[in-house]
Amino acid sequence: MQINTEIIGNTLVAKLFGELDHHCCGEVRTAIDREIDKGRIKNLVFDLDGVSFMDSSGIGVILGRCKKINELEGRTLIIRARPQVDRVLELSGIKKILECG
Amino acid sequence: MNNKIENFMRLDFPSKSCNESFSRAAVAAFASQLDMNIEELADIKTAVSEAVTNSIVHGYRGIKGIIHIECRIFGDSITVTVRDEGRGIEDVKRAMQPLFTTDREGERSGMGFTVMQTFMDKLSVESVYGEGTTVTMTKTIGGEADADFGEI
Repeated sequence: MQINTEIIGNTLVAKLFGELDHHCCGEVRTAIDREIDKGRIKNLVFDLDGVSFMDSSGIGVILGRCKKINELEGRTLIIRARPQVDRVLELSGIKKILECG
Repeated sequence: MNNKIENFMRLDFPSKSCNESFSRAAVAAFASQLDMNIEELADIKTAVSEAVTNSIVHGYRGIKGIIHIECRIFGDSITVTVRDEGRGIEDVKRAMQPLFTTDREGERSGMGFTVMQTFMDKLSVESVYGEGTTVTMTKTIGGEADADFGEI
């Protein structure tokens, strides 16, 4: 999985490419937490346009980051989820606790 | 459907997480001989990914083992069995509850069985604690089950 991170103001935009499953959720967690832990950002945007597949392991990693952002009183946003990814997001109920665009 | 397809395949692989993508892609490639839409194929792929991930994360937690997949196509239905000889599940009913997980630290969502249940038409989980788990799931393409569809 490829992870591109970009900081715009106090928002971290994490663009993910590939298949987000248990095998690669560790590297996603590490890459995003590294940026959060630097203390410069408050909000997080997951750009999932490049994610061709996601299962419930992806939900776990998104929720984990969302909790960290909540501690900073920031907001987490998911954008550009493809249909298969959106179906898993919908089922998980995660859409009720964070913003999806 | 006039021409009934009957086909099967088996897959054995070690419980390495890099095999998660391989196994769901292999099942999807096999399943695609049924005339199904992208969403149905994605559903099967996602359900298989959940079952295989469960075997790796929970069944074979901290130990190495083999995961066995068997796929059977009969008519318009596909049945996928994912079996491990891992730790087994102490309380299957409890494990199948949404959000239940034994692995809080690993940021598991507890949604695996819920995904399998939702994305497939039938799901059965048999487990013997200490001996392993077998997950059997069936999806009928195009909605209604075929009249000739017998035992799984």
